[in-house]
Amino acid sequence: MRRGGLAALAPFLWLGVFFLFPFLLVAKLSLSDTALAMPPYAPRIDWSQGLAGVAAFLRGLDLETYARLGSDRIYLVSYLSSLKFAAVATMILLIVGYPIAYGMSRFPPAARQALLMAVILPFWTSFLIRIYAWIAILKPAGILNAALTSLGLPPLDILNTDTAVYLGLVYAYLPFMVLPLYAVLHRQDETLLEAAADLGATPLQAFWRVTFPLSLPGVFAGALLCFIPMVGEFVIPDLMGGSGTLMLGRTIWTEFFANRDWPAASAVAIMLLATLLVPILLYQRRQARLVEGGG
Amino acid sequence: MRRGPSLFNRACVFAGLAFLYAPIALLVAYSFNASRSVAVWGGVSPRWYVALLHDRQMLEAAWTTLRIGVLSASVATVLGTLAAVALVRSGAFRGRLLFSGMIYAPLVLPEVILGLALLLLFVALGLPRGFWTVVVGHTTTTLCYAAVIIQARLSTFDRSLEEAAQDLGCTPLQAFLKVTLPNVAPAVGAAWMLAFTLSLDDLVIASFTSGPGATTLPMRIYSQVRLGVNPEINAVSTLLIGLVTIGVLAAFFAQSRSAARR
Repeated sequence: MRRGGLAALAPFLWLGVFFLFPFLLVAKLSLSDTALAMPPYAPRIDWSQGLAGVAAFLRGLDLETYARLGSDRIYLVSYLSSLKFAAVATMILLIVGYPIAYGMSRFPPAARQALLMAVILPFWTSFLIRIYAWIAILKPAGILNAALTSLGLPPLDILNTDTAVYLGLVYAYLPFMVLPLYAVLHRQDETLLEAAADLGATPLQAFWRVTFPLSLPGVFAGALLCFIPMVGEFVIPDLMGGSGTLMLGRTIWTEFFANRDWPAASAVAIMLLATLLVPILLYQRRQARLVEGGG
Repeated sequence: MRRGPSLFNRACVFAGLAFLYAPIALLVAYSFNASRSVAVWGGVSPRWYVALLHDRQMLEAAWTTLRIGVLSASVATVLGTLAAVALVRSGAFRGRLLFSGMIYAPLVLPEVILGLALLLLFVALGLPRGFWTVVVGHTTTTLCYAAVIIQARLSTFDRSLEEAAQDLGCTPLQAFLKVTLPNVAPAVGAAWMLAFTLSLDDLVIASFTSGPGATTLPMRIYSQVRLGVNPEINAVSTLLIGLVTIGVLAAFFAQSRSAARR
């Protein structure tokens, strides 16, 4: 239909200029070198020389930044540790989120609406503020330790450790895991479980052989929705992690703001993007299918 | 007939909600704490709210954030509505795959990458960074959320109503504005609310795209948090949470009331 295509024009142009094009700039910058200038990279296109300027600029691009990243172990370590944090946190989220989503789907419809709202609401309230709330709880002289001490228990020193990062990731992303799981679970046909019971399955068997396999689309959706942004998470490792907590989002931030190494920040961003490309395409295909299936 | 929730189901849901809300409840409670220490309860006092009123930098940041939120949410809602129409109504058009990719990718893409990409664009264009570059940054990311919310509603809308309006003499544009848009209005309202709260909340994209003189509230909170826990942050957080909760509940009830009417 032409009309739909026409409506796409404005958002298409906007996203082209402010989303797609900037990624080409990131790719270009990752091939540049750092320079003591503002902005701090070279080469830059010298438009006054016309085509010769463009040619000189193209000759100035090289893979040096990537070679530099490859030779410094810290980038590899932070790359692997980002993937580990995101993968482990996704597993924990599945284990924590599934019983919650399943429990919600058992409630009568009116109560389900209220519960759904209750799970969505924290997602709308500030991410940063919710992480800040945990800092006040976990810090050495914080609420948790005050409670532990008053009970006569030894204090826990969790803040600025990997444990705190996992806690923060699970806390912040829990709604993203529960919602897609709930979406598949509350639509499930109850009579299937009755049929399984009639055929002699115990409730546990019925769950593993009927409910869980049927909920797999929700499991994949939730896992992708959590895993992809968590790999590049910045706020949680920065505020709750220790100085040794290496994650790519934090590396990009540090290279950019502290070290003013724009090419390195860009190259790390490209690496991160290349890693996430497959999960993002999977997620997009799922979304597109949902739309075509009538939403 | 569906079986009701078992004791185990109730316990899981209750524990999940407690986990989600306990830290927020503690944050709100301690914003009224008379003592400076987070762990010592010194009685109820409004002193941190009073301190907030005298914190010029914080107030300025709040004002900047609100203006950025309203502007970027409004532009994002218009663009998001158009994008939703394109996604639902058009079958295949040139570049459709690219288009839907550009709508869905920013929803999951790490913000650090988006922020860096936008910053490089502004540097390449030679634009001075500040208020307007943050507005553009927030519009870009939130328009995708707006598009997804409106598209969900639009795909359940009965198109024959619009066709009937056209048979009765409306132009396609009139039919859209007079029939379709009022029908999806609750979703449009919800989309605006979501775009607004995401903008209020954003730290990463604002930090990359902002410049001197355009410090947003999350940037201000972040720099304070790095220095340590401060009860004034609890007070400003409580106000923000209250504002967002009222807005979200209003959008939710508007949407469920209009759904019940149909």
